[in-house]
Amino acid sequence: MTDKKDSTAENSPAYTSNEMLLEVENLSVAFRQYNKGLQQMDLKVISSLNAAVKKGEILAIVGSSGSGKSLLAHAILGILPKNATVTGSIKYMGNELTTKDQERLRGQEIVLVPQSVNFLDPLMKVGKQVRTSVRNENPVEAQRRVFERYQLKQSVEGMYPFQLSGGMSRRILVSTAMVSGAKLVIADEPTPGLDPKIVDEALLHFKGLAESGCGVILITHDIETALKVADNIAVFYAGTTVEVAPVADFSGTGQDLRHPYSRALWRALPQNEFIPIEGVQPLPQNLPCGCFFQPRCERATASCAEKQPEAREIRDGMVRCIYAS
Amino acid sequence: MLLKGENISFGYNKGSLVLDNVSIAIAPGEVVGLLGPSGCGKTTLGRILAGYQLPEKGVVTIDDKPLPTVGFNPVQLIFQHPERAVNPRWQMRKTLNEGWHPSDDLLEELGIEKQWLTRWPNELSGGELQRFCVARALGPETQFLIADEMTTMLDAITQAQIWQVVMRIVRERNIGMVVISHEAHLINRLCSRVVDFKNINSPDLFLV
Repeated sequence: MTDKKDSTAENSPAYTSNEMLLEVENLSVAFRQYNKGLQQMDLKVISSLNAAVKKGEILAIVGSSGSGKSLLAHAILGILPKNATVTGSIKYMGNELTTKDQERLRGQEIVLVPQSVNFLDPLMKVGKQVRTSVRNENPVEAQRRVFERYQLKQSVEGMYPFQLSGGMSRRILVSTAMVSGAKLVIADEPTPGLDPKIVDEALLHFKGLAESGCGVILITHDIETALKVADNIAVFYAGTTVEVAPVADFSGTGQDLRHPYSRALWRALPQNEFIPIEGVQPLPQNLPCGCFFQPRCERATASCAEKQPEAREIRDGMVRCIYAS
Repeated sequence: MLLKGENISFGYNKGSLVLDNVSIAIAPGEVVGLLGPSGCGKTTLGRILAGYQLPEKGVVTIDDKPLPTVGFNPVQLIFQHPERAVNPRWQMRKTLNEGWHPSDDLLEELGIEKQWLTRWPNELSGGELQRFCVARALGPETQFLIADEMTTMLDAITQAQIWQVVMRIVRERNIGMVVISHEAHLINRLCSRVVDFKNINSPDLFLV
């Protein structure tokens, strides 16, 4: 992780509380690719991304596929591929997160709850899998306690993943995060395509983690999921954070939202107006000049195409739009 | 002319049936929602109605004749994961034109850009791929369309974009439609009739 800090980065009072767990500022990620023969090019897939999560808080990251949500998780954990260059700053408990820190902390203080239950080891009994992540106490006791909490019978610990239902597998994944004593949990699309009952159950687990003092980052493409548990919602578009808003601002016609894209996303929900805006999110290789949303924005003017808007603090939230108020 | 599934039974494991003597009928121009928790047989019923799977018992008919087994299927199914529904070794143009040749107007309406036609599936996002899957399913011989969690993996804007076009075409061509989803809001927004799989044991409810 390079330590180059953008001087234009703005720090709000809200973002500098001592309870702050993770702070990502002006993060950019580029992949080095070979074009033709030995000709190289850097493809910027994330640019000027911001996110912050406090202890006991759930930050939901919402955006369509290709908006850079998962890459952020990988950047925090330090598991990006070798051809990636990272600039900007990631601070963990107030200190810049170095590659060494990442190696030390991941799986211990910072854990990932993966998207798919296929991430369980198919050949290891699930009780043992949970025990391997216990650090500071008796592994068997810790595992039994967490199973009891999640209403998993003691017989389950001797089972293999194929013997479990989807909901049970998901509880095993969350149990693993619970017993590790993690301070920051990153959940990457934990609930896609599940029916509402199982979604609610999974979300309750994350709420529980937050209540026990953890910071939780919940990555999802589904605003509704985010609304149920999150304290703040960060909206990603084309590899940048366009807005961070308290969850209460997602209501009514979206009048309290700060960025036109967040409003468009809100209005497109079937329970709201179900009216889409035109166009598609641009690919990293042909990003527009200035604000990335400007070609699809009804309020765009010539100055929107000049340069990427800087992050501004407005009403307990953040926005990248020169016209936001 | 109805699409009918009569007394359908199907099970994946011996001794347990996912669908037990279920009957359903869909009229042209009707939009029917199938709502229910995962594992209740929504997808299975969709696959059976489109002829992808044969029922253990019961028959599927269209206009009182069995589904054709060759040629363009008048019952088209659109899947949840477009990346698993296209051939990864075909360029998009080939996938798009496999069953029929969609007009430029339709492509434009669905927001399919000309330059995407020469791309490979792994170079497009899920939303972009799903637009192709919709276009190829809307051939002139399509009489019924089954959308199985068609936009579950997509963001709200892309979801609304795709449904806007699909609903207009369905209305215009009087296509009968089945919407399979676990999202009640979406079903309420789109459907004229909702079949809740909680009531699966009272098959009469399914008849028109």
